Amino acid sequence: MASQTLYDKLWAQHLVTQRDDGSALIYIDRHLLHEVTSPQAFEGLRLAGRKPWRRDANLATPDHNVPTTLKERSAGNAGILDDVSRIQVETLDANCESFDIEEFRINDERQGIVHVVGPEQGATLPGMTVVCGDSHTATHGAFAALSHGIGTSEVEHVLATQCLIAQKMKNMQVRVEGKLGLGVTAKDIVLAIIGRIGTAGGTGYAIEFAGSAIRELSMEGRMTICNMAIEAGARVGLVAVDDHTIDYLKGRPYAPSTEQWSAAVEAWRDLVSDDGAHFDKIVELDAAEIEPQVTWGTSPEMVVNVSAEVPDPAGAADETVTQGMTRALEYMGLSAGQKITDIQLDKVFIGSCTNSRIEDLREAAKVAKGRKVADNIQLAMVVPGSGLVKRLAEAEGLDKIFVEAGFEWREPGCSMCLAMNADKLGAGERCASTSNRNFEGRQGYGGRTHLVSPAMAAAAAIEGHFVDVREYDYDRGNAREMSA
Amino acid sequence: MKKFERLQGLVAPLDRANVDTDLIIPKQFLKSIKRTGFGPNLFDELRYLDEGYPGQDASSRPLNPDFVLNQSRYRGAQVLLARRNFGCGSSREHAPWALDDFGFRAVIAPSFADIFYNNSFKNGILLITLDEETVERLFQETEASEGYRLDVDLERQQLTTPGGETITFEVDPFRKHCLLEGLDDIGLTLEQSGAIHDFERRHRAARPWLFRDA
Repeated sequence: MASQTLYDKLWAQHLVTQRDDGSALIYIDRHLLHEVTSPQAFEGLRLAGRKPWRRDANLATPDHNVPTTLKERSAGNAGILDDVSRIQVETLDANCESFDIEEFRINDERQGIVHVVGPEQGATLPGMTVVCGDSHTATHGAFAALSHGIGTSEVEHVLATQCLIAQKMKNMQVRVEGKLGLGVTAKDIVLAIIGRIGTAGGTGYAIEFAGSAIRELSMEGRMTICNMAIEAGARVGLVAVDDHTIDYLKGRPYAPSTEQWSAAVEAWRDLVSDDGAHFDKIVELDAAEIEPQVTWGTSPEMVVNVSAEVPDPAGAADETVTQGMTRALEYMGLSAGQKITDIQLDKVFIGSCTNSRIEDLREAAKVAKGRKVADNIQLAMVVPGSGLVKRLAEAEGLDKIFVEAGFEWREPGCSMCLAMNADKLGAGERCASTSNRNFEGRQGYGGRTHLVSPAMAAAAAIEGHFVDVREYDYDRGNAREMSA
Repeated sequence: MKKFERLQGLVAPLDRANVDTDLIIPKQFLKSIKRTGFGPNLFDELRYLDEGYPGQDASSRPLNPDFVLNQSRYRGAQVLLARRNFGCGSSREHAPWALDDFGFRAVIAPSFADIFYNNSFKNGILLITLDEETVERLFQETEASEGYRLDVDLERQQLTTPGGETITFEVDPFRKHCLLEGLDDIGLTLEQSGAIHDFERRHRAARPWLFRDA
């Protein structure tokens, strides 16, 4: 058989039927659901008198609308003060109940951001197809699972048929070779990649992230990278299986049983691109050259090195780009030539499906330890990705480090990544955020978002403006060993 | 799904690249559990001068006079002319729901984001990809002449300008068929239940760990 990419293999293993017109039916192993994109799908099922095809393929949890303060959370759904948000969460509960779908409800310790929960439970496995009505489903590709976001009509389609109508994507490999500098993280890698290929650079492709710098990353780091594949336009991000993948999954609740484990591992070992496999596009980056990244504009591709200045629209490639940059500078309240490290901040958000896992919180805590949040920072919040991440962080004393430094330690959820709950920016407020999108209004009407790594966000909170964490004096420990 | 009928649509130009789905419909309107009613909040942050909330009466809100869709010459537009990478970002199907609810039946751009592309076709909205030069020319023509309409003929895969020029476009045959016939694709897929069951049996035998009830 000809050499195949990892994506080719995953596609072939899930192909139910191939139509002559190029579209295909692919089988879905895991379907994750949350409250925002599912109600209309369940309603569609109900109206058509249909039932879920395979109950055990589905797993649900509310995440977008849930409050993150302890006071509100302790009241369960009743603590959601916004009626419309509460109804949406209650609707998910009712739908899961009536369609007999497993759900981790608001105060179940296993609740959290759906893309943190899936892998944490071992509900995301290598060789699976994983879909969810959420574009950041790309996250699960870190486990060599073919994973991508879908719309609500497709959520209904997957519930009813266990399949998706799909077209095969093209293959892209992004190879990151070499050693990352100290203080440079997975988030910086992926922002640098987006800066290189642009927000539409991956459109139509499944991107496999490869190279020694990717192999060295923990599963958390790989999830951060795959998570933001969609910010480069690619619905799918993938990393091949290796020992990190297998070690991470062992013993997790939904992982294969002891009897099935060795057969599963043997099958998973083949989930790599074959030597000589054809990629339609290859992009290479030198890890050693990647600096901590900071976005300055209103698209994730508007990103520069922390040591750089805000760019000048006049130097752009064409008129459309110049217009976009000019509008972004105006929205962000910045001017060309301003040093990134001179940008003063109002708020700091550490969390989201990109950066709310234990390793992210450890990194941020190392920076915050023994320091105080700057006076000009009105709010610095840390929002763990799940109840289990929160418990683990508390067992390690990370919550105390954050609280002593002046951060708020919150309950798990999507929170200010997209501000569907009460956590949001006010107009004109500027935020260092570990989330994934700096679109206009994303974190609140008129809010200004700068995307950074957890270490960079924590350092920005302490200093009140951006600083280069590589020059920042903190105990870096050995992040890679700790997270392995 | 409703059928896509041939249309003579008024064209509105949105001169901005990388329009993301947060911009098309902001997050606070995603709390609805319905598929309809998003039209008044399409491009909410561009269209109004104040911050919008779900459930509010949009007719009393201050309009942004500079926003293209607020200009009287574009009232009733059914074709949106846009720039590259339209619909990037979040997978929210609320974006095509809002476009549809507002009255748009087709969007023309040099490129679209993948998830938005799928979502639009599932809601009977035709997305037409044309090269940058052609899109630029349509922008110029639209802005230059009030009441500029395009004849959109999906069956023949062609646009006709008021000047009589025809522009052909590509669309994949399956999507075209579904749009022209207004097909429910769940119904279509369920016609292949036998093939799905067969696949599922083989898949389960080869990889039993993927089935928790195994």
